[in-house]
Amino acid sequence: MEMEIAQIAADAQVNAARYIGAGLACTALIGAGVGIGVIFGNYVSAAIRNPSAAGPVFGQAMLGFALAEATGLFGLVIAFIILFV
Amino acid sequence: MAQSPLAQFEVITKVPLEVAGYDISFTNSAAYMVATLVVIMIFMTMGMRKTALVPGRWQSSVEMCYEFIAKMLGDTAGHDGRKYFPFIFTLFMFILAANLIGMVPWIHAFTFTSHIAVTFAMAFFVFIGVTLIGFITHGVKFLGFFVPHGAPWYLLLILVPIEIISYLSRPISLSVRLFANMVAGHTMLKVFGGFVVSLGALSGVMAVGSILPFAFIVALTGLELLVACLQAYVFAILTCLYLNDALHMH
Repeated sequence: MEMEIAQIAADAQVNAARYIGAGLACTALIGAGVGIGVIFGNYVSAAIRNPSAAGPVFGQAMLGFALAEATGLFGLVIAFIILFV
Repeated sequence: MAQSPLAQFEVITKVPLEVAGYDISFTNSAAYMVATLVVIMIFMTMGMRKTALVPGRWQSSVEMCYEFIAKMLGDTAGHDGRKYFPFIFTLFMFILAANLIGMVPWIHAFTFTSHIAVTFAMAFFVFIGVTLIGFITHGVKFLGFFVPHGAPWYLLLILVPIEIISYLSRPISLSVRLFANMVAGHTMLKVFGGFVVSLGALSGVMAVGSILPFAFIVALTGLELLVACLQAYVFAILTCLYLNDALHMH
């Protein structure tokens, strides 16, 4: 009887640690937000200075946005792995 | 009856098949892959039915897809990359159609690119193909790709392992980028859909509060459509960049 209670308590603690770990892993999204803001801030200020050159560079701005977002989402994947694996 | 928001990613077997102990059942994932192929084939073949010199709308959109990828491949991989155009085009159209079909609302669409198995298979083939192309084009000298120009010998000891590790992380980043974007987007949509239902179930005037998550879902769907197209573009352009690395080292 005591062993079962101890096992349930241990499982609950592991579950609690899982939720805490998943929440901590989501702090990676801070970097994603900062990176996306930097990319588009630079793009907009460069586009205001030189509007005619903004068009061809838009593709690279989108590529940079996707790459910055990807690193943030890697952290989200770690959170999912902690929660469900 | 509340399901988890992650229940939408479940793979359901439609037609069980087994060959030599391997489970090759026809699943909902496979059904959506077939549907994606059918949609792309209809789009391409019906668009080019009457090939006019001054294209109509459908033919013009097919030509725009072609030219977009051809220009991207030409800009990044140069003239030698042109013979890999069918592969890049197939990759781009498949991922684009897959992501967009997953956004169709009423049919409970299944986004098969939200499975790491699918995206890793695609990224793995891209990685193996590009590495093989590099070795076929340059022979053993392709290993010189990991040695940056003009680096002193004592830095090479740490630079080369870092370069190799960052090269080996390419298929992982390529696959996880697409997978995480799709999973995160669709999970968010489902979670806010749950909020709409649970707020709408409140009695009286409080049910009006479900307008807020609904408005957010509308905005989020717009963002997800953008992300669907963008992730296909990013997958394709990174494949072109890796191809350029293999064909012309640096």
